Parts: sequence; structure tokens; C-alpha cells
Amino acid sequence: MSEYKSSGAGPKPYMNPYLAGTLLGVVLFLAFFVTGSGLGASGGLNRMVVYVQNIIVPEHIDQVPYLLKMAGGKTNPLDSWIVYLTVGTIFGGLISGLLGRRVKLETNKGPRIGNKTRWVMAFLGGALMGYGARLARGCTSGQALSGGAVLSVGSWAFMFAVFAGAYALAYFLRRFWN
Amino acid sequence: MTTFPLPLADMFGHYGAYVVYALVGVLFGAVLETAGFGNSKKLAAQFYFKDLTVFKVMFTAIIVACALIFLTSAIGLLDYNLVWVPPTYLWPGIVGGLIMGVGFIVGGFCPGTSLVAMATGKIDGVFFVLGVLTGIFLFGETVSSFAVFFNSSYMGRFTLPELFGVSYGLVVVGVVLMALFMFWGAERLEAAVGGETAQRAPRWAPAGAAALVALAVAALVIGQPDTEDRWRMIEAEQTALLDERAVQIEPAELLGLINDTRIKAILLDVRDERYFNQFHIQGARHLPEGEVVKAARELMMEPANTVFVTMGNDETAATAAWKKLKAESLPNVYILEGGVNNWIRTFSDATFLQERLLRDRENDRPAYRFDAAIGARHPAAEPNPLAYEFEFEPKVKLELKRAATGGGCG
Repeated sequence: MSEYKSSGAGPKPYMNPYLAGTLLGVVLFLAFFVTGSGLGASGGLNRMVVYVQNIIVPEHIDQVPYLLKMAGGKTNPLDSWIVYLTVGTIFGGLISGLLGRRVKLETNKGPRIGNKTRWVMAFLGGALMGYGARLARGCTSGQALSGGAVLSVGSWAFMFAVFAGAYALAYFLRRFWN
Repeated sequence: MTTFPLPLADMFGHYGAYVVYALVGVLFGAVLETAGFGNSKKLAAQFYFKDLTVFKVMFTAIIVACALIFLTSAIGLLDYNLVWVPPTYLWPGIVGGLIMGVGFIVGGFCPGTSLVAMATGKIDGVFFVLGVLTGIFLFGETVSSFAVFFNSSYMGRFTLPELFGVSYGLVVVGVVLMALFMFWGAERLEAAVGGETAQRAPRWAPAGAAALVALAVAALVIGQPDTEDRWRMIEAEQTALLDERAVQIEPAELLGLINDTRIKAILLDVRDERYFNQFHIQGARHLPEGEVVKAARELMMEPANTVFVTMGNDETAATAAWKKLKAESLPNVYILEGGVNNWIRTFSDATFLQERLLRDRENDRPAYRFDAAIGARHPAAEPNPLAYEFEFEPKVKLELKRAATGGGCG
């Protein structure tokens, strides 16, 4: 990429957002074109959670219809395309990070909070995200991005709700980020 | 029509197909990372109007993919009916979205970006992923207590063009123009309050925007194929099947399907309502000819083990309905051989058949007389499968469901 500074061993700058967005759009299109089903992230994580639950408390799976759709009997929760897509996403991030010299053990946070506060917030935010994503039947990738591109009404409503929720609370949390 | 989506499992085997998905994932993760989405500060800056990268990347991706999807669909390369469109559950989606928005600003990631953050050593990303796993676990444990809400406001496969009552092309053009206008606004906003990390639009941005508008306009001008266009794409191959009588199943086979617990048989009776009221097979659904295409949308959501069987008095109307359903890419559609007339002939006693036979009837009209509208209250409406032993040539081959059964929600 011509935009990258080639000198030095520091991290390379991020790609221009419009270029990255175009590439992401092409990847999304390819995903639809090859598989018919777009991208996703939370679905794969969901199945990994159910996989572990199925090992520890298999009899519990049988009592929850929501879990039973993914496991129970001979159904292997990991026997789904979305799991492999998720694994690929992690590797893709790592490869790109290595190429861009951006792999570094660090905590990104606002200047006014400590690492531990940031970690607690990250965990809480993650839990909300995980819960909300299952309630909405998809996350930013599966609903907003994939559903948005194929013009699903629910996905567009979802997308506005995500931005609304984040913007509504941003002011009150400014101390954590600025 | 080309094969869509690619039969990955046939091409590479069950696990080979997963390699393809993993490769798509690698590209996905790499793009997210290189866009800066592994960095929570950059993501959170979106909500303080300092760096609108999240917005720009997301909407650029949506309009690029959207324009490509509907352009390839317009020229028949991609079958939109088989594309996974997340079904709309309006209120669970909105409430879930609001919770996620809160999670976004509290935690600084969304699930996909946190994976990339974790992969590049961001400790806050690791904590976020642990949080997501916990949230998912908690959801699975609590969903039973609000299952009614979770399944409420279901609208099925419902798209913006259907909502606004305009063509797909028009919505694609509208979405592209709206996004471009918002990018222009985002650039001005960043220029006013932007932080040090914000990147400006590149020199090629206007050219890229023009190219995208051109793609969208092309999709609009060509237009999405209607049922007739779609039939023409498959006509040669499907007419051959009709001529070989490969899709007309005998009453005996249908009786077997109805009583097979592994199969969900959906019987689509396309006769006039009065004939349907006079007699129909138990469980058959009346489907007037004018509603076939609309019904196809909804039938598409049926599980993979569903077999659809169209039936008329004879075969003419049933075949017409079959063609429409095939054109709309519904899988596993068959025709009842000889129609309801043949069914009655097979499952009624000789006296009834002799007394009620209507001679000199026209094609696709009832062959037997019913004096009252008895519907399914007739012995032949629900024959006992154990009472009959037939030899027949089975024709139903359950095809692998081609339409994606789940999107990112898995």
C-alpha cells in the first residue's frame, strides 16, 4: 500500500476507511456469492459456549429448547460453518496484525482510567454485547453488515438501535474514553 | 441460472466446505484489523465524533456489497431468493440493538472486532471476548423466561423495498446516495471536531463514489428478475423433468410422505375454492393461483426436510403452480400425479367411484361428484396407510437445502 510508511519498525498506519470499507464490502459480497449467507461473529462464539456446556452439563442442554437447537443427542455444536468463519476471523486478524506490525500486548483505554478499570469495563461491555447479540439474533456483523446489505427491515432497525444506544450513553461515559 | 450458492459440500466434502468458510473468515478478520478495528480507542472515538472510521467502513461495506448483490441478482448470477436475509423480529432486534449499543460504548468493541483485538494482543479485547462468552451463556440460560418476547413481532423475510413498496433497484440507489451524503457530512464533522487519528477521504473518493452510483443505477435499470424471467432461466432443464415425469408423484408415494415422521409434507391444493370445500386431502392448504408467488416467500422458511406437493383436479393447474414455485427457487416441489381425481380414484371404494363418476368432464375439473362441501370429512381424505400396499416408483429425492439456513446468527 502506498499509504503505508515503509520506514521504521513501528506499527503501520491503518488503511483508509473508505478503502477498508470497499474491501470489506467485496469480502461480504463474496461471502454471499459463495455461501449465500454473509458474515457473522457472535453465532460462532455462541456455538463454542454451547459446546463447552454440552461437555459439562449435557442433561441441562436437553431442557433448554434454545440450546437444544445447537446441541443435544448427536448434534455437534461445532459442526456449523459459522464456527469456522469465526476461527478464520481470529487468524485473519492475527495475520493482518503481524503484517502491519500491530501485534502488541497492550490495553487501549482513555488517558484518565487505569488498566483494571478498562478491563472491568471491557468485560461488562462484552457481556452486554453478547447478551444483546443473541437477543437480536445477530451482532454488528451478522445483522447490521450482512442484513443491511441484503436490505432486511429488521437489520436496519437493529443498526439504528445500536448507534442510538451507544450515542445515548456516550456523553455519560466520556470520562472513560477521553 | 448458474448454480447458487456454490454446492460447497459437494465440491469439497463436508469439512472441506468449512475450509472455504474459514478462508472467508480470514479475509474478514484481516480487513477488520487493517481498518483499525482491533483498537478500542479508535472504535469508541466514533461516538465522540472524533473519528468516524466505524461509520465510514461499515456503510462503505454495506453499499458496496448491496450494489454488487443486486446487480449480480439482476443479471441472473446470484439468486436473491436463496440469499440469507435475516428474518425480522422487530422488537427483540431493537431492544437487543440498544443493549449492544450500550455494550459498545462501555466495552469499546463489538463481537467481531473484539476477536481481532484479541488476536493482536489487546488485553482489553481478551476481557471483552470473555464478557461476550459470558453474555451468550447468560442469554442461553435466561431466554426461556421471556421466550414470548424473543419470538414476538415476527415479520419473516421482510425487506426495505417491500416496506416502501418500491423496486429493489430504487432502494439500492437510494441507500447508496444516502450513504454518500452522510460520508460528505462525516468529513465535514471530522474537519470541525476530529481528533488526530481521523483519516481524510482519499483522492480517488469521488471516482469511487461515481462508480458505485453507476453500479446501483445499472441494478435499477436492469431490474430484478420476476417469476417469469426466473422461469425462463431454468425452463429447459425443468421442462425435461416434467416430460420425463420425474416430478409427478403417485398418490401412494404421497400417502407415504404424509405418514413419514421424518418428512414434513406440505400439500398445496390449487383448485377453485368450491372444489377444495367439496373435498380435499386432510391437512391440505388451499392456495389460489394468484397467491402462489407470495406463498413461495413464506414456504421458503420451512425446514430442510419439507416436501411440497401441488395438486389440482388433474395436472394442468398443479403444473402451472409447480413452475412458479420452482422459478422462485423453492426446493423439493412435486406434483400429485393425476391430481385429486387420481387420489380419490386410488383411495375410494368401487361403489363410490361408480356412483359418483362424472362423465364428459373437461380437463382439470372434478371427476367425481360431491353433493355437499364435506372438505376432509371423507374416508379418502385420510386413508389408513396400513390398509394399502402399493408398488410404486419413488421419485422424491430430498435435495439439500440450497437456501442458507442461518446467517451470522448461526
